Amino acid sequence: MTYQLNGATIEHDEEGYLTDISVWSNDLAEIIAKDENIDMTPEHWEVVNFLREYYDEYQIAPAIRVLVKALKKKYGPEKASNKYLYELFPYGPAKQACKIAGLPKPTGCV
Amino acid sequence: MPTLHTVNKSPFERTAFGSCLKHLAAGDAVLVLEDGVVGLRKATAFAGDLDAVSGDHKLYALGPDLDARGLKPDDLVSGVTVVDYGGFVDLVAEHDRTQAWL
Amino acid sequence: MSMDEQTIDTEVVKKFLYVNRKAPYGTIYALESLEVVLISAAFDQDVSLAFLDDGVYQLVDGQDTKAIGMKNFSPTYRALGDYEITKLFVEKESLDERGLTEDDLMEIMYEDEDDDWAEKPSIRIVSRTEMAAVMADQDVVLSF
Repeated sequence: MTYQLNGATIEHDEEGYLTDISVWSNDLAEIIAKDENIDMTPEHWEVVNFLREYYDEYQIAPAIRVLVKALKKKYGPEKASNKYLYELFPYGPAKQACKIAGLPKPTGCV
Repeated sequence: MPTLHTVNKSPFERTAFGSCLKHLAAGDAVLVLEDGVVGLRKATAFAGDLDAVSGDHKLYALGPDLDARGLKPDDLVSGVTVVDYGGFVDLVAEHDRTQAWL
Repeated sequence: MSMDEQTIDTEVVKKFLYVNRKAPYGTIYALESLEVVLISAAFDQDVSLAFLDDGVYQLVDGQDTKAIGMKNFSPTYRALGDYEITKLFVEKESLDERGLTEDDLMEIMYEDEDDDWAEKPSIRIVSRTEMAAVMADQDVVLSF
C-alpha cells in the first residue's frame, strides 16, 4: 500500500498512516488529504502543523481534548472545539489530521 | 487500609523482594510466589531482611511454588504461612488493594 | 452548572498509582507503563506515577537513543501535564543509591489551571517512607 508523490513511492499501513514518518512533506500531506477527500485550507494546515509541532516536542500525537485545549490557547476559543475539528476532519481529527500530518495513530485513539 | 504485596522474583537475582520489604505500611502482608519463594529459605543472605519485617507483617508463600522448587515448610524462615491457590484468592479479597512487585 | 457537568461530578474518581521500577529501553516495561498512563488519562481518574529503584532512570535528562535504534520516549513525560497528570513521585533513596540527584532529572512542568496557568514542577522528590504512604493511599496500584 503506497502513496505516489512526484514519481516516488511512499509506503503506508493498511489504514493509510505513513510507515516511515520521516518522509513526510507538505506535498505528501496534500496527497494523503486527497485520499481522505479533504481539501487542505489554511485552517486544516493550522491543525496539521500544530500536530507536527506537538509530536516533534513530545514524541506523541496529542489526545483530542489535549489538542482542543492547546488550539484554544494558541488560536482562540472559536477554533477550539470538537465541532470545529470535526467540521475540518469529518472522520475525526485523530484519524484524519494525524494521518495527514504523517504521525502514527494516536495512543488510545478511538 | 492494608495492602497485599506480591513478589515473584528471587531476591538473589532482582531487587523487587528487597524493595517491597522497604515499602510496607502498617498492617500490610506479603505473599511470595514463583521464583520469589527461594528468598524464604532460612539461613540465606536475605533471611535477615525478612526477620526485620516478619514481626510486624504477615508473610505468606504459595505452596505449589515451594513444592516445585523442592522447598519444604521446615526449610523456610519462621513465621511463613503456606497457602494454596484458593488461599491466594482469599488474601487478595481480604486486602484493600494488591500491589505486585515485578 | 449544567446537568451534564453534575452527572460527571458525581462519577466515582479513584486513585490510581502507576509504579515504575525499571530502567527504560532494556525491557518494554517503561514504555508500556507510559502508554497505559496516557490511555487511562481519558477516564478522568486521579492518577499518580511513582518512580523508584531503576525506574528513576526513566526521568533522567539527556537520553539519546539514536545509536541503539529505539525511539526516545523521554520527551513524552513532559506532555503528561497536558493530560492532567501532575504528580510524579520520585524516591530520594533510589536516586541516592544510584549516584543521582534531582538535578540529573528532566524538568517536567505543568500549568495549573486553578492558579492562572502558573507553571509548576510535576516531579516531587519523596523519601522511602513517604513513598510507602503514597502507595498505601491508593485505590488501585499498577506495577510495571
